Amino acid sequence: MNKMLLLGDEAAAQAAIDAGITTAYAYPGTPSTELFEYIERKSPKGGPIHATWAANEKVAYEQAVGTSFAGRRSLVTMKHVGLNVAADPFINSAVTGAHGGLVLVIADDPGMHSSQNEQDSRYYAHFAMVHCYEPANQQEAYDMTREAFDTSERFAAPVMVRLVTRLAHSRADVLVQPPVSPTSLGRSTTPARWTLLPSNARPQYQKLVEKQPSLQSFSEESPFNQLEINPKNRELGVITSGVAYNYFREVAGPHPPSYLKIGLYPIPTGQVLQLLDHVKEVLIIEEGYPFIEQTLLGTLGMANNSRFKGRFTRHLPLWGELNPDIVAAALDEGTHPAETPPVSQLRPRPPQLCKGCPHASTFSAINEAKKGYDDPVVFSDIGCYTLGYYEPFRTIESCLDMGASIGLAKGAADAGMHPVLCALGDSTFGHSGITPLLTAAHENTNMVVFILDNGTVAMTGTQESMSTGDRLVELVAGVGVERDHIRVITPLPQQHEANVQVICEEIEYPGLSVIIPRRPCVQLRR
Amino acid sequence: MKYDIVIGGVGGQGILSIAYVIDNAAMKQGLHFKQSEVHGMAQRGGAVSSHLRLSDQEIFSDLVARRSADLLLSVEPMEALRHASFLRPGGLVVTSTQTMVNIPDYPDVDELLAELSGIGETILLNADRIAREAGSPRAQNMVVLGAASADIPILPEIMKEFLLQLFQKKGERIIQANLNAFEYGLSSGRFYRTCIQAGAQRSRLLALLDHLDPSTLDIEAAIPWTRVMESTWFEPLQALWPAGLSRTIPGDPAIPERILAEGPGFLGQT
Repeated sequence: MNKMLLLGDEAAAQAAIDAGITTAYAYPGTPSTELFEYIERKSPKGGPIHATWAANEKVAYEQAVGTSFAGRRSLVTMKHVGLNVAADPFINSAVTGAHGGLVLVIADDPGMHSSQNEQDSRYYAHFAMVHCYEPANQQEAYDMTREAFDTSERFAAPVMVRLVTRLAHSRADVLVQPPVSPTSLGRSTTPARWTLLPSNARPQYQKLVEKQPSLQSFSEESPFNQLEINPKNRELGVITSGVAYNYFREVAGPHPPSYLKIGLYPIPTGQVLQLLDHVKEVLIIEEGYPFIEQTLLGTLGMANNSRFKGRFTRHLPLWGELNPDIVAAALDEGTHPAETPPVSQLRPRPPQLCKGCPHASTFSAINEAKKGYDDPVVFSDIGCYTLGYYEPFRTIESCLDMGASIGLAKGAADAGMHPVLCALGDSTFGHSGITPLLTAAHENTNMVVFILDNGTVAMTGTQESMSTGDRLVELVAGVGVERDHIRVITPLPQQHEANVQVICEEIEYPGLSVIIPRRPCVQLRR
Repeated sequence: MKYDIVIGGVGGQGILSIAYVIDNAAMKQGLHFKQSEVHGMAQRGGAVSSHLRLSDQEIFSDLVARRSADLLLSVEPMEALRHASFLRPGGLVVTSTQTMVNIPDYPDVDELLAELSGIGETILLNADRIAREAGSPRAQNMVVLGAASADIPILPEIMKEFLLQLFQKKGERIIQANLNAFEYGLSSGRFYRTCIQAGAQRSRLLALLDHLDPSTLDIEAAIPWTRVMESTWFEPLQALWPAGLSRTIPGDPAIPERILAEGPGFLGQT
C-alpha cells in the first residue's frame, strides 16, 4: 500500500489505472479535466493505456463502449453538461449492457463555478437504471472507482461515479492498492445485445428492468452505504451523501444524530426504513438537486405531514453549493450563520482575457464592423471568448451550450434578423459546430460565422484541438461553405482596419460566410 | 489540534505553489490535511483561492467554515479582504501590500490596508520588493508563506524541503531565490509583528521595511527601530531616503541604537 497526495479527480484516475483500464476517453471541462490529464501524464502516448481526448463527450463515450465490447476495461470522463451530449450512448449502453468494465466518472458543478447549470448527474444514472457511486472524499473516490469496474463486469452494466467540484478540486492523502494488469474477457460474441433493432432492444430492455432487483440488493449490502444509529437520539435522523456528509460530520460534533450515508445508488431502502423506525424526522442533506429527498417523497409525499425535510422543503437552500455554515444552520434550526463584519474596500475581480489574447482583437473588429447597422446580433458559445460578454467588449449576446451559436444564428437569420453573426472557438466547433454549419451551408443562410482559431482548448488549460489550422479550413469547405467566403484573418491590433473591412464585406454578402481569425493562444507560448 | 488556512490571490500569483508546499509538508509530518481550491473560469487575472485544513485528527469538510480560519494568507491585499469573513476572532492575516490592479475601480490602497489591519492581527509585507531582493520578483508567494510559517504548525525545515522539490527543475538560481524569499519573509514577518506589538505605527513601519535589508534583518533590531519610529528622528531619516541613502539599511540593531543616540545623519554619509 502506498500513500499519495491526490485531487479527488486524480484519485479516481489512479483507481482506473490500478483497475487495469486499456483505454480512457474524455473531453475537457471543469471540474473534470484533471482526471484525464492525470492519466495522460501517467501513461503518455505509446504507454500501456490508450488515452486520448475525444472530439466531444458523445464520441468519448462511444469509444469506451467499443473497448467494453472488445472485452477490456475503459474509463470515460466528462463534466456534468457533457453527459447531455453523451446521453444517447449512455442511456442506450445500459440497454446493451457492458462487457469489459465500463465506468463513467462525471464531475458535477454545484454552485456553477464554471458551468451553465448545476444539473445533478444522479438523475441520469437513475434514468439509465445503472449503479451510481458517490464518494465523499478522495479515499472513497479511489476505492469506489476501483470497485466500479468490478461492479460493471459483475452486472454487465455501465457504472457511474459522481464527483462534485468540491471533491474533484480538493487534495488529500490517499492509500492506493496494488494495481491489477489489464486483462481481456475476449470480444463480445453476442451481436444481438449490441444491435438495438426493436426486436433486440425489447428483450435487452426487459433484461435491464429485470436486473434492477439485483442492482438494488447489491446496493443494500454495500459497505459504502453506512447506517449509524445513535440510541440516545430518537427525534432526528439524517440521510446524507457525498461531500454533504463531510459538512454534516464537520458540524454535528462528536455525537451526531443517527445517520445514513449513501455512497451507492439505487438508494438502499432497507436502511432508510431502519432509520425511520428509530427517529421521528429525517433531514436529508445532499449536494446538488434534492434527488434522494424527491425519490423518497414520491409523488404523494409532498403533503405537509412528511417526515422528510431537506432542500426540496427549503430546510436547506434549493440551489447553490452547500458549505459547513449552511448545514450547521439546517441541523440546528435556531441558529444562523455567524455574522461577519462587513468590508467596504472590496471589489469584484472577474476573470478576463489574457494580455495579448487574439479574441480581444477579434471582438474589437466585430464591434466596429457592426456599428453601422441598426440591429446587429452576435451569438456566441463556450470558451474563453464568452468573456466577450463583459466590458470592455460587450460583443456577444449568448452562451447556451457547446456549438449552439451557429444554430442560434441560423434560427435568428431565418426569423429575419440582419446582420447575424456568431463566434465560437476551433475546439468548440469540432465538438458540436460542424453539424449546424452543415445545416446552414445547405441553405446558404445569410450569416457570418467566426471560428476563433487559437489552436487549442484554451479555457480548460490548453488541451489539444483537432479542428485547427488548414484542417479547419478544409472542414469548413467540406461542409459546403463557398471557398470565396471562407476568410482567414490575423487578429492583431495592427490588422484592425483590414479585419473590419473583411467583416463588413462578408456581412454584405447575402449568404453564408465563415471568417477564421487565426492566431495561437498566448498561453501556448509559455 | 486543528489549523485552518484560507489562501487568496489572483490567477498566476502562485497560490497553488503555496498549497503544494504546505500539503506535502503536512503529509510528511503525519498530519491530516485537506486542500480545496477554486480557480475561476479563465486562465489568468481572476480571483483564486484555496482552503487548506490541517489537523492531528480526521478532517471532514474540505471547506473552512466562516469565522474559523486561523490564518488568512494572501499575495494581494484586496484578495485578503475578500476572505475576511473566514477569519476567526484573533486569527492572523498575512498579506502582501503589493496591489494587482487589473480592474477599473480598485480601492484606495491606504483605506484598503487600514481596513485589513482592522480584521485581525495583521502582517503586511511588500512581498514584491522582498522577492526582488531575494532574486526573483515571482517569488512573492514564498515571501508570504515564509512570513506565515512561524504560525503554521509545520516545521519550517519540512516546508523548505518541498519548496526545493517544487522548484528543482527550474535551476539553482530560482531555487535559491525562492529559498531566500521564504527566509526573508520569515524574518520580515517576525520583525513586523514584533514592532506592531511594541506599538509601531503601521505606515511608518511599512515605509521603514522598504529600506531595510531583508537578508540581514535581525529581530533584535525590532524594538530599537520601534523607538526610532516613535521618535523625532524618523522624519529626518525619511528625508534621507531619496537623497542618496544606500538602497538598503543593514538589519543590524546597532544602527537604530546609533540613530537614537545621534540622529540618522551618519547614514547619509556612507
